[in-house]
Order: sequence, then structure tokens, then C-alpha cells
Amino acid sequence: MSADLVLDLTHRRGDFTLSVEVSRPAMGVTGIFGPSGAGKTTLLRLIAGFDRPDRGRIVFDGEDWTGLPPSRRPVGTVFQAPRLFPHLSVRGNLDYAVKRAAAGGPGFADVVEALDLAPLLDRRTHTLSGGEAQRVALGRALMTAPRLLLLDEPLAALDAERKAAILPYLGSALKRFAIPALYVSHSIDEMVRLADRIMVLRDGRVAAFGPAAAVIEGLDPAPGEGFEAGVIVEAAVADRPNAYGLSRLDLAGQALTVPGLDGVSEGAVVRLRIRARDVAIATQRPEGLSIRNVIEVRLLERRDRGVHADLLLDAGGPHLRARITRESADALSLVEGQTVFALIKTVSLEGLV
Amino acid sequence: MTGPILLTLALASVTTLILMALSLPLAWWLATTRSRIKPVIEAVTALPLILPPTVLGFYLLLLMAPASPLGGFWLEVTGTTLAFSFTGLVVASVIYSLPFAVQPLQAAFERVGPDMMEAAASLRARPLDAFLTVALPLSARGALTAAVLSFAHTVGEFGVILMVGGNIEGRTRTISIAVWEHVESLEYAQAHALSAGLLVFAFVTLFAVYALGRGRKLHVR
Amino acid sequence: MLRAALLALLFAVSARAGADEALIAVAANFARTAETLAEAYEAESGHMITISPGSTGQLYARIVQGAPYDAFLSADTERPAMLVEAGQAVAGSRFTYALGRLALWSADPDRIGPDGAAALSGDFRFLAIANPRTAPYGAAAMETLEALGLTDAVQDRLVTGGDVGSAYAFIASGNAELGFIALSQLPDGQGSAWIVPEHLHTPLAQDAVLLTRGADNPAATGFLAYLQTDAARAVIEAAGYAAGARE
Repeated sequence: MSADLVLDLTHRRGDFTLSVEVSRPAMGVTGIFGPSGAGKTTLLRLIAGFDRPDRGRIVFDGEDWTGLPPSRRPVGTVFQAPRLFPHLSVRGNLDYAVKRAAAGGPGFADVVEALDLAPLLDRRTHTLSGGEAQRVALGRALMTAPRLLLLDEPLAALDAERKAAILPYLGSALKRFAIPALYVSHSIDEMVRLADRIMVLRDGRVAAFGPAAAVIEGLDPAPGEGFEAGVIVEAAVADRPNAYGLSRLDLAGQALTVPGLDGVSEGAVVRLRIRARDVAIATQRPEGLSIRNVIEVRLLERRDRGVHADLLLDAGGPHLRARITRESADALSLVEGQTVFALIKTVSLEGLV
Repeated sequence: MTGPILLTLALASVTTLILMALSLPLAWWLATTRSRIKPVIEAVTALPLILPPTVLGFYLLLLMAPASPLGGFWLEVTGTTLAFSFTGLVVASVIYSLPFAVQPLQAAFERVGPDMMEAAASLRARPLDAFLTVALPLSARGALTAAVLSFAHTVGEFGVILMVGGNIEGRTRTISIAVWEHVESLEYAQAHALSAGLLVFAFVTLFAVYALGRGRKLHVR
Repeated sequence: MLRAALLALLFAVSARAGADEALIAVAANFARTAETLAEAYEAESGHMITISPGSTGQLYARIVQGAPYDAFLSADTERPAMLVEAGQAVAGSRFTYALGRLALWSADPDRIGPDGAAALSGDFRFLAIANPRTAPYGAAAMETLEALGLTDAVQDRLVTGGDVGSAYAFIASGNAELGFIALSQLPDGQGSAWIVPEHLHTPLAQDAVLLTRGADNPAATGFLAYLQTDAARAVIEAAGYAAGARE
């Protein structure tokens, strides 16, 4: 499902001005990422119709939504708090959406199955845990048969454990129902897990917009941004876990060892996140080292920032980032174009693609 | 003795019905508007709380007079005067008890908050639909309180009714007027019977309101 | 500054030494006249009189409950008598200070002609009277209607206020086309009126009585004595009453 989403909006609130002008086909999950106060939630509220922009328009698939009240926009919204109706049961909340749904959306049974809501249906909403309530809220939004799904930091109120429990549901549901979604978060982890493309908002303006991997790779670790520089790479599973519980991955022809991956079949593609600070550099292939992941790379770019040097590396297709001290970079006399070895201390597995 | 009781119950019932019909939209508007005239409307609505009933009764008497535009219009349309009639008492009671209906409703609607209404809108509920299926059920307790207080306050009304009612048997002689008349005529036994009944009624009503207030709360998250 | 204020207060208090104060309960129909009389009496005696108006029934109930009144100017004779009997008023202090006169009044200048009975038999929606069960002027109005043989004809159109004051408001606002009020209330030159002949109802004797609380209050005893002077009787008659019989 793909339709053009045209946003041309200016909205001022006090000192803050949101000014966004983008026109892209909406498909998959678009992460809207940025620090607090960047205008992420404001943008979503304008698209949902809860606030009216001072100027501009919102056009989706050729339909002008600008003047439509929220109830007439084919949009499903999941808020930061679940906002379930306390006077209705879980089933009542879902039925509320079904009764008013447009035609052609995912069916009740499909959504219940995808989000594993069956055990919750007859519960009162106040007996649900935060994660369960948010799953119901997502199901309720899906049942309105939305053509665009808006998720406003739906996991922000949950602790790490609950977040980990709901993420798989969220990821698989977004994929299964293939409804274009805008996903607001300031968590880079959620972006990595869920977003196909990322729009970075900073001070009410679009700072970057593109494929997730490229945007994350290009993110400057500016102070206070709340995330760390790094890259997202995809690698195929080459070997199932060995006796040590380690699996081998194929990263553009080079081997990468990661823990776990039980139950994942060979050939499956996984998404990995590698932080810049977890990558060290050697000018020769090192011997007698505990670090097993050594990837031969070409130095594409060296950028000095104060005490640090940020390096962009090409591993034969996939890119890596490394952050080392400027002193080390000078000691190794690193220059662009040079072939070096990237020593990767930690790889975090972000899930299947 | 049953005449004034039945009349009072009829007056309180009709007044409560009309008040609820008027107060639901008014209280909702007050709870949700950002209009600059909101404090003006709030103040006007609350006036009967502060004005002595005699002031209200005096102005109503002037308004209902056949020579005034309102009283004249009413006389032309219905052929009867508003003063000294059951209809006149209903009009007076609706005005006099208005804050007792509007204020609990407004407070309840304000507790519902914009979040729930946005959630309803995001589920395709049009404003009236959302009001009926979300705001009203979540404010049920406030609506019940408003109805009970409107009814009870009308039952207990005296000054305004004395001013515009004219104390006509079967038409405008309510319980409170009858009690007053008994007391003034030194008929303390009859006064006691009616007064004790009213006292019990007032207690039961207030007890019901407070018991409702302590009941199961809806958990909003 | 504070000292100056205290000194001023001291002077004010000492200047009032020798002057007494009395609180007088007065039937509503006589309140305005009582104010006039009180002013004259204050100027003459140096005492302070405060008038507390109300319906006779209301004032009586308050006195029985122990309200701090020194004297009571009632609109009837029964309640002062009952107070004497109950020991709440001084025996032998009761006297008739005024005889009330009843007037039929309408705000409409053409409604009432020289023959009041004709107006009462005419076309109207409401006839306002004071409550006959609680107010003597209401009872007198009923007697008048009875004497004219009109009771049944107007019964359904009677509206009653608490006292003659409410009856006056009903008529003045035009909600009742006509009604019975006290002659003392009759506004000059407004609308039309008929002064009810005295033989149509029992005399509206209004009795005053010294209450036990005011027995030793010179301001109260002095004011009651003043009511019986020629000067006071002239004021009372000018106000639309017949003055009471001299003791």
C-alpha cells in the first residue's frame, strides 16, 4: 500500500515554530525522531487533526485533509498513554472502533490474533498492565481500518521489560497489516527495530529524511540528542549457534560472530546495530586478541571533533562508524582512502528483517 | 395536606427534566470552550447561588408582568399570565436551580478531559457521537448528582415561589409555602408534620449524593 | 494616631451616656410611619430607636423564640394579648395605637371607580390580598368580600402574598389587576383606588405592647408614651390610619 503524503505546515506555539515541508510516498514505517521539544508530537497532532496548523496543508493520496475534523480523517492514532475508555471492557473498546470503522480494514479476528488479545477481551481496562493496555490501544487503532497509522511514543511510558515484551507484537503487526505508519520516538533503539525510513526533526524543522540505515549512520552525536552515533547493518545468518552459543553471520563476505540466534534458520537476514564507540581501529590485522570480530574496511571519511575523531568506514557495501581519540588517529596516521581493520567489541542484535 | 406534596413533586420533576435538557449542552460548552465570554456565562449561571430569592422573585415578578415584553408575549401566545401559574413556578425554579444542575455537570465534563475525546475522535466518533458514548457515560455520576440536587433544591425553594406563586391551592402552594403558612398561623402540629417530612427527604437526598460520590471510581489512564 | 482614635471613641461613648436604645418590632404596614415617628421621638428625647419591620406572625414567632425586641407594634390585637398572657409582655402596657384602613387599589387608573364593589365584580384575572390566615389585612379583605357577597365569585382568582407588602408588589407590577392593601400604603395619584368603608370589616385595631425585655428601658417606654401624644396621632392619621382611642 503506497500513497503520497504531502505535508506543508507551519504551526507556531509560543516561541516554538514547527515548519515542515515534505512530499513522500507513505509506505512502511517512517520514524519521526528527534529530541524532546523538536515538534514530533505537534506534527502528529496536526496530521491527526487535533490541532489546526496556522498555515499549510496536509494531502494524503490526493485527498486534502487540511479542513477535515479528526473524526473524518482515515487515521488511526496510538497515544503515549493508552487512553482506553474506562467504562468499556477491552472488547467494548475494540467494538467501539469496529462499529465506526471504514470498510476494508483488518478484521477483528486478525487483529486479536496478531496482538494476542484473546485472553484480554473480557477484562476491565483498569486491570491491564501498561503493556497490555497499549497492545489493546494499538488493536483498537488498527480496527478503525486506518489508511495511515500514527504512533506517538507508544512505548515511552513502559519500563524496559514491558517495552521488550511489546516490541515484537508492534513490529509484526505493522508488517502484517502493512498500513503506512508514522512512528514518533526519541528512542534510537525503537527506530532501529521498527523504522524503514526516518525523519529527523530538530527545532521544528526536518533535519534529515531518508532510509533508516542511512539516516542513523549520518546522525551527528550532537550534545543532548539522547542517542549515540552508530550504524545499522544487515547480515545473513551463515551458521547456526555452535557449542559456545555463538552464530556466524555474513557481512558482505566477511564473518561476524554474535551470541544467540536460537531458532533462526540459515539464510535469514538480521538487523544489527553497531555503536561508533564500540569500534576500534588497527592498521594491521591483529593477532592474539580477545575480540573476534575483525572486519577489513576502507576509511571513507575522517572528521576531527575536539578530542575525538569520527571515522566512516566501508565494509564492502555496508558502512560502519568508529569513534576514536584524535591522538590515536594521528598516531596511526589515518587518512581517507586507507585500508584498515575495524575491531568490533559489541554487536547488538536488533531483530529479523 | 397531600395537595402541596403532589404539587411540589410535580414541580420538582418537571423542573429537573427541563434543567437537565438545558444544562447538558451548557455545561459541556463551559467545560470545553476557550471562549473569552466563558467567565461571563459562568457568573450569570452562578448568580442564583448568591442572589437572595427575594431579589430573583422581584425581578421575575416584573418580567412576568403583562406590561413587560416577556409577560406580554406569553399572555399573547397562551392567553394566561406566567405569574401565579404552575408554568411560572417552573420558569422560576429552572432559573433558581440552574447552578445546581450546571456546576456538577461541568465539573464532571472537565474531569473527562480532552484526552478521552481525542481518543474517541481518532476512532471516527463525530462530536455528538463522542459526547453521547464517551463524555456522558464517564460523567454519569455527575449527571446523577446534578439531577438529584436540582430536584431537591426545587423542593426546598421558598422565597421565589412566595414572590411569584401567589399561594394558590393546587396550583402554586408548595410544601414550603404550606409550612410557612402553618407556622405563621401558629398551627405548629401541621407545620411539624410537613417539616419533618421535608427534613427526612433532604437528608435522604444528600445521603444519596454523598454515597454516590463514594462509589466505585472509573479508572482513567 | 491610635491614641487620637481611642480618644475620639471615648468622647463618642460619653456623649451618648444618658441616651438609651430600643429595638422595636413593627408590623410591615406601619413600618414607614413608625420610622417617621421614631425620628421625631429621637430628636425630642435623645434616645435611639431601631425599627425592625416584618409580618405580624413572623415578629410574634421571633418574640416567642426570645428575639431581643423591647416593644412590639402589632397589626392585630390578639398577638399582643397572647404575649401579655404568656408573661412575655408587661401587663397593662397594651393599647391601640392605630386603626388600620383597607383600600382596594389598581395600578390601572381606569379600573376602580367610586363604587369599589363594581370593580370587584368586573373582569380581571387576579385579585391580590395579604394571606388571610397570617395577616389581619388579609382577614379584613376576606370579610369585606364576604360582606359584599363576592367571596364565591372571586375565590378562584385570589392570589395571596405573605403580607400586604407582597400584595402591593403583585398589584404594582401589574401581575394582579387589583387587590386589597393598607390605606397607609396607597401611593399618591397612582392608578385608581377605593377606600373600603369601615363597616365592611371588623376594625383593624393595631395594638402596641411593651415587652418584658424592655420593661426598664426608658427609650422603649418613652416611645410607647410618645405614640399617644397629639403630635404622634397627627402623623398616624396623616399616614392613612384612624388614631387609636386615647387611654
